[in-house]
Amino acid sequence: MSPELVIVGILTSGIRLATPYLYAAIGEAFGQRSGVLNLGVDGQMLLGAFAAFYVTFTTGNLWLGLLAAVIVGALMGLAMAFVTVNLQAVQGISGIGFYLFGLGMSELLFKMLVGTVKTVSGFQPIAIPVLSKIPYIGQVFFEQSIMVYGAFLLVPIAWFVLNKTTLGLKIRAVGENPEAADSLGVSVARVRYFTVTLGGILSGVAGASMSISLLNLFQENMTSGLGFIAVALVYFGAWKAWGVLAGALLFSLINASQLWMKVLEVPINSELASTLPYILTIIVLAMSASRVRSPSALTKPFDRGD
Amino acid sequence: MRSRLDSFVDALLPVFATLAALGVGAIMLLVLRVNPSEAYGALWEGAFGSTNAIAETLVKSVPLLLVGLGICIAFRASVINIGAEGQMIIGGLMATQIGIVFTDLPGWFVIVMAIFAGFLGGAIWGGIPGALKAYFNVNEILSTVMMNAIAVQIMNFMLRGPMIDPVQLEKASKIPQTARLAEAFRLPRLAPTRLHLGFIIAIALAILVYILLWRTTLGYRIRAVGQNPHASRYGGIRVRRRIVTALLLSGALAGIAGAIQVYGVNYRMITDGSSTGFTGGAGFNGIVAALFGQLHPIGTIPASIFFGALLVGANKMQRAVQIPSALIGALNGLVVIFVVSSEIWRNKRQKERLSIESDVVNMGETPPDEPTSTPEEVIA
Repeated sequence: MSPELVIVGILTSGIRLATPYLYAAIGEAFGQRSGVLNLGVDGQMLLGAFAAFYVTFTTGNLWLGLLAAVIVGALMGLAMAFVTVNLQAVQGISGIGFYLFGLGMSELLFKMLVGTVKTVSGFQPIAIPVLSKIPYIGQVFFEQSIMVYGAFLLVPIAWFVLNKTTLGLKIRAVGENPEAADSLGVSVARVRYFTVTLGGILSGVAGASMSISLLNLFQENMTSGLGFIAVALVYFGAWKAWGVLAGALLFSLINASQLWMKVLEVPINSELASTLPYILTIIVLAMSASRVRSPSALTKPFDRGD
Repeated sequence: MRSRLDSFVDALLPVFATLAALGVGAIMLLVLRVNPSEAYGALWEGAFGSTNAIAETLVKSVPLLLVGLGICIAFRASVINIGAEGQMIIGGLMATQIGIVFTDLPGWFVIVMAIFAGFLGGAIWGGIPGALKAYFNVNEILSTVMMNAIAVQIMNFMLRGPMIDPVQLEKASKIPQTARLAEAFRLPRLAPTRLHLGFIIAIALAILVYILLWRTTLGYRIRAVGQNPHASRYGGIRVRRRIVTALLLSGALAGIAGAIQVYGVNYRMITDGSSTGFTGGAGFNGIVAALFGQLHPIGTIPASIFFGALLVGANKMQRAVQIPSALIGALNGLVVIFVVSSEIWRNKRQKERLSIESDVVNMGETPPDEPTSTPEEVIA
């Protein structure tokens, strides 16, 4: 195979693989910017992935499947918001509870309703006219499925909402100084309900992007911890939309390179090679953690005292 | 001072949380058209119905208890260790290697060395995130997650490569597992069941962890760091070192859990390519057990047996009423959510008590205009 083809192949799959990371991490970034650490992303993704798969499998309608993932994600997000905002539970631990719940529940439903691994016909790549004809670049960027386009569009949208709108200002204020935001009449509870529910929805969509766009099947624990990596990417990207994008691309490109090395039978041990992105993330976190400041109110419950 | 009634109610909170979770489970069963009393009956039968069932429950509780003890130490230092899966794996790998290499040494000696190797492996895998947190300000939740992922890949590499069972190497299937340990290296059994010495070791370690946390200076310092790092620093405690110690010990106990899983249950290290393939999910369920046990080493003993019973009973339930055992996994998640959510009532009562006490101190004068502090700060 010619080197160009390999590079195009790596980039194309890298872009595809970045999709679930992007949805989940952007959603998590909204939550964390408002001061809520949602560690249950992986569980929300699994339930979203199952909902999307199952509805698509039974109705044959991909959009209904995606809608199911949105609804399930929203419900999980609302539950998380209730537990963290109203009940002021310790966020790191309640998130593990949501993770275990999603992990068990998705497996339970899968075994009861589907049984064995089956496939669906997922979202197909859509070639964007003109742009997809550009040599190399066209194939990499403009011949992907709608879920992939959506994930990359989400980045500028998230950046715009967080930095250029009143809503974004409120979210950041609540995450930095909830007391001050509260005294200015911003409802801390309402903002956090919004961000955590949005995070749940995007986690659900992240799961759907795996089960009805990338892999087109559901398996128990199919995310295998991808949601936890998404949480790490938010730290990696210093709570900024573009930073999250950089982290997601780095992760997915390394993963894609590995897959291609396997295809090309390059004599590199794939297990050891796949530890690289994790080691790299730890190093980046170690180098940046002292310089980059997390939202001041992150993981701190807010009590109005009434 | 906490009144006796209050501590009693506090101790019951997890019980209520569990009952609530089982209640939700019953509703789910009804939706799935299964009689809940039949399902839970099968679960009870599977966990406690016979001597063998009880033994299996206790066997299952061993890794939960060991991981849970580590969680007690870490959480008491306000360090959230969710890397027990990886720590168990590395501990298990190092312990297994001892049994494979030193085939000529006496059994008891190899077992002691193996448990120490498990301790060491877990300590390294917990110590790294500890040092990263203490000296580089890296969030330990993230680093332990990363360390889990790295451990899984190392395990897959070792069990498919350098440590693979020579028998599997011949076969086309190439199941990722090591050679079987020699008979002499297996942990002695306690009865004509599968219950093994590891249970006694875990109980002994629970008592040791209790002594460590409440009867030694080191334990006092670890708890002080967890309650108020700033005050601890002023009090002359080297906060960073104690954070490393807490995560290191936490990992070490999980590492021992890995070693005992190999020497007491499987007699070899085996996986299906995922971390739960080796740990059975103990790294996460141990957190559930520790929370249920109020982060108290002694309380974690019955808590681990309880969750061991749920996990063992779930298999029986699966056979009897065709409900996948994953239901219990989902319910474990609910227990965690309910337990941490119910803390608000404990904190509220604590706050009320403190405000009553401060009224008494102020002899009825109007209390000074203090900024409202969160319950956590009040406790600290």
